Amino acid sequence: MNTESITAIETVGEAKTPELNYLNNGFSLKSWLLTRDHKRIAILYLLTVSAFFLLGGLFAMMIRLELLTPKSDLMNTGTYNKVFTQHGIIMVFFFLIPVVPAILGNFILPVMIGAKDLAFPRINLLSWYIYILGGTLTLWALAAGGVDTGWTFYVPYSSTFSNSYVMLAGLGIFINGFSSILTGLNFIVTVHTMRAPGMTWFRMPLFVWANYATSLVMILGTPVIAITVLLLALERAAKVGIFDPALGGDPILFQHLFWFYSHPAVYIMVLPAMGVISELIANFSRKPVFGYSFVAFSSLAIAVFGFLVWGHHMFVSGQSMYAGMVFSFLTMVVAVPSAIKVFNWAATLYQGSISYDTPMLYALGFIGLFLIGGLTGLFLGAMGLVVHLTDTYFVVAHFHYVMVGGTVLGYLGGLHLWWPKISGKMYPEGFGKLSALLVFVGFNLTFFPQFILGYMGMPRRYAAYDESLQVLNILSTAGASILGSGMFLPVIYLTWSFIAGEKAPANPWMLPGLEWQTSSPPPTENFHVTPTVDFEAYDFDHIGEKMEEAKEREKVA
Amino acid sequence: MQQQQWYIKLFPEQASTMALQVDLLYFYLIAITLFFTVLIVAAIIYFAVRYRETEKFATPKRIEGSLKLELSWSFIPFLISMSIFGWGAYLYFQLYRMPTDTMEFYAVGKQWMWKFQHPTGQREINELHVPIGRKIRLTMTTEDVLHDLFFPSFRTKADVVPGRYTYLWFEATLPGKYPIYCAEYCGLNHSGMGGWVYVMTQADYDKWLSGNAGLPPEQAGEQLFKNTYGCASCHTVDGSAGGRGPTMKDVFGKEVMLADNSKIVADENYIRESIEYPSAKIVAGHQAIMPTFKGQISAEQMNQLVAYIKTLSPPVAGSSGGSTNQNTRPTPTPTPATTTTPNNNQRGNQPPNR
Repeated sequence: MNTESITAIETVGEAKTPELNYLNNGFSLKSWLLTRDHKRIAILYLLTVSAFFLLGGLFAMMIRLELLTPKSDLMNTGTYNKVFTQHGIIMVFFFLIPVVPAILGNFILPVMIGAKDLAFPRINLLSWYIYILGGTLTLWALAAGGVDTGWTFYVPYSSTFSNSYVMLAGLGIFINGFSSILTGLNFIVTVHTMRAPGMTWFRMPLFVWANYATSLVMILGTPVIAITVLLLALERAAKVGIFDPALGGDPILFQHLFWFYSHPAVYIMVLPAMGVISELIANFSRKPVFGYSFVAFSSLAIAVFGFLVWGHHMFVSGQSMYAGMVFSFLTMVVAVPSAIKVFNWAATLYQGSISYDTPMLYALGFIGLFLIGGLTGLFLGAMGLVVHLTDTYFVVAHFHYVMVGGTVLGYLGGLHLWWPKISGKMYPEGFGKLSALLVFVGFNLTFFPQFILGYMGMPRRYAAYDESLQVLNILSTAGASILGSGMFLPVIYLTWSFIAGEKAPANPWMLPGLEWQTSSPPPTENFHVTPTVDFEAYDFDHIGEKMEEAKEREKVA
Repeated sequence: MQQQQWYIKLFPEQASTMALQVDLLYFYLIAITLFFTVLIVAAIIYFAVRYRETEKFATPKRIEGSLKLELSWSFIPFLISMSIFGWGAYLYFQLYRMPTDTMEFYAVGKQWMWKFQHPTGQREINELHVPIGRKIRLTMTTEDVLHDLFFPSFRTKADVVPGRYTYLWFEATLPGKYPIYCAEYCGLNHSGMGGWVYVMTQADYDKWLSGNAGLPPEQAGEQLFKNTYGCASCHTVDGSAGGRGPTMKDVFGKEVMLADNSKIVADENYIRESIEYPSAKIVAGHQAIMPTFKGQISAEQMNQLVAYIKTLSPPVAGSSGGSTNQNTRPTPTPTPATTTTPNNNQRGNQPPNR
């Protein structure tokens, strides 16, 4: 059937869309909503996760608009409290946690290891439906009146005092957790059992290692937040005394339980993005990542140590000083594997052949921003300093540097790298570069002033602040509008390219990964014949040969 | 506070013994951050330019890695992070381990205000006056949800937790007025739950403790009457009628006709009772519309109000000047004593049964 599915040295202008690929293999709603194809499920996630991102972004704009002036004058404080709570809940649970694993991981991971699909395709679809159910319940809570507890739901405010839709939002988050758990399960089994012949663990791309490590965290950590939300619901509904001292409970217990998941959760958010960066740096320097095994093991180290540092969110909460010491020490330890990655990425550039395509720009931006985000994490791990910095805008700046400067940049870079594979079209490079620039500049302008605001003592979750801090807040809001435009542009031009963009060949940048040895877009079963792997990861020396082999292999009699 | 600054302030005043220490650790971390950021960013920019592609799809030499480099850039960052840990832990113990020779203050957070109490019993709301050069320890709790008492200028904060006590200490070094914030989200008015800490010299603090920065009680009382508690909005002090309440002129020491046709001599107890339980004795010709100030006026301030009201009447013969003893019955006035009804006698010194 597909005699012309891929050509070896074809240029962009000569590309032809394969006759039958995963996108045109059935057009009915049913073929999409009941699909078992991991690629279609990734598209379903892409659409819904993007919708949540836009909503979370809207809430962010409301926050920044309120903070243009020192007084709480745009909306009343009760509304503001709901706005920042909902910004946090949507961004954390419905955007950051699924964005790279459920979109890019789902789409590319099986193709990268030469598999036909994930180990459990139906469970993969179930994961998406669970995400939709959880998301719908949470949106219902928002529409019904909102939640105002902060995304951290601290007690006794959330168990006893808040009059907002805590239970409904909690239910949405509880259910959504299972989406995470099942995705993690799927990835782990896939990596263990479905690698193509010849693909040993150390021939896997680093993106796979990163998602594997993330999946361990997903399945071990997520049940804890589920239990925590359940206990909170029990206390709120049935007045069982677990956390509220008035009922005989301990409010600090809640914080331990909450952060036991929520700290590893941030590694769920950042590890896959780091995996993307490894792919981007290697691919656009045309060299393997420097220190491959160190980068691979650092992902595992981060996943393991990430479970041991939750108390660094509780230094001023009444936690024992000695426990604090242990957590601070381990926090310093967990910084080291991340540093190792950064050094290795930089070293990869040495004597490479570096091109400045959009995905590479995102990768380079990531390294700078993640560096600052990670180092400011050290400020917050230093106990004597964190007493002053806790609950100020310094913390807000830190986590946005790693979450937005890290995860979002990684996601956008990966989305652009694999866009030709996903859509069969090239994105417009000029717009890509423009967006990357807007995001980078806008982001720094938004969040760098917040470090200063934090040290000056501006607490977080404040609708009003001292007049003398207004200039910094105005800079931050100005940056947010630039950042917003930079993140909104891809929605437009990627959608446009999907419909009317230039066709993409199988391997537009002549990259060595297995995913490039099938057509753009791939057929539903990814490869007509399962490839055999006899080359190391990031082997740039034999691409021409491999493309010829692939062309032969993909011809179906 | 309000003068326009042409520069952007980067850190708050160093107003306590620990502030400089914390700032030094901050600068150390800034230095490390700057160093590595510049190093990596410069390396990236240099490599990206120096090794930019000259030929499309070229294949540079394959470099796997270097164990020596990996070990160096694992070990050196580890050492640096350990130095940060060590310094941070040392500073933390200094901040959080309570010293022994402290002045004992109390703080209670509640939605949405801070209540402070001085060792000598003085109470403040949202404001805290402290002397310089003394170690101040705050024993704190909350009446409802989690809050956090944050003094940016002292570089310290601690959560207040329902059901237990937490502690904070500082020694202020710079006189001035510094902000206090709540730094743990607590609901509707979290952003408004703040105030000021006033650091004063020991002499000023002592004066403040003895009441209103050294004003004599009568003048302090006048301030309270006319400004703080707004008594003057209903009670005139010049004898003019027409106010919602009786005038205060020529009241003290005189007989007052009450609405139930009994009479009582207006003494210190009567004044105090009328402020705390205004409906107990209504003056004839007036309505029971005065709100109660019970719990709002401290003992100190009550004395000052009484002292002031006394100045509005001719001196009562035989009454002790500046009486602060609430339970003293005044000596009878030269005017013929009017018998009061037995009812009133019984209730003279006590609040009515409620």
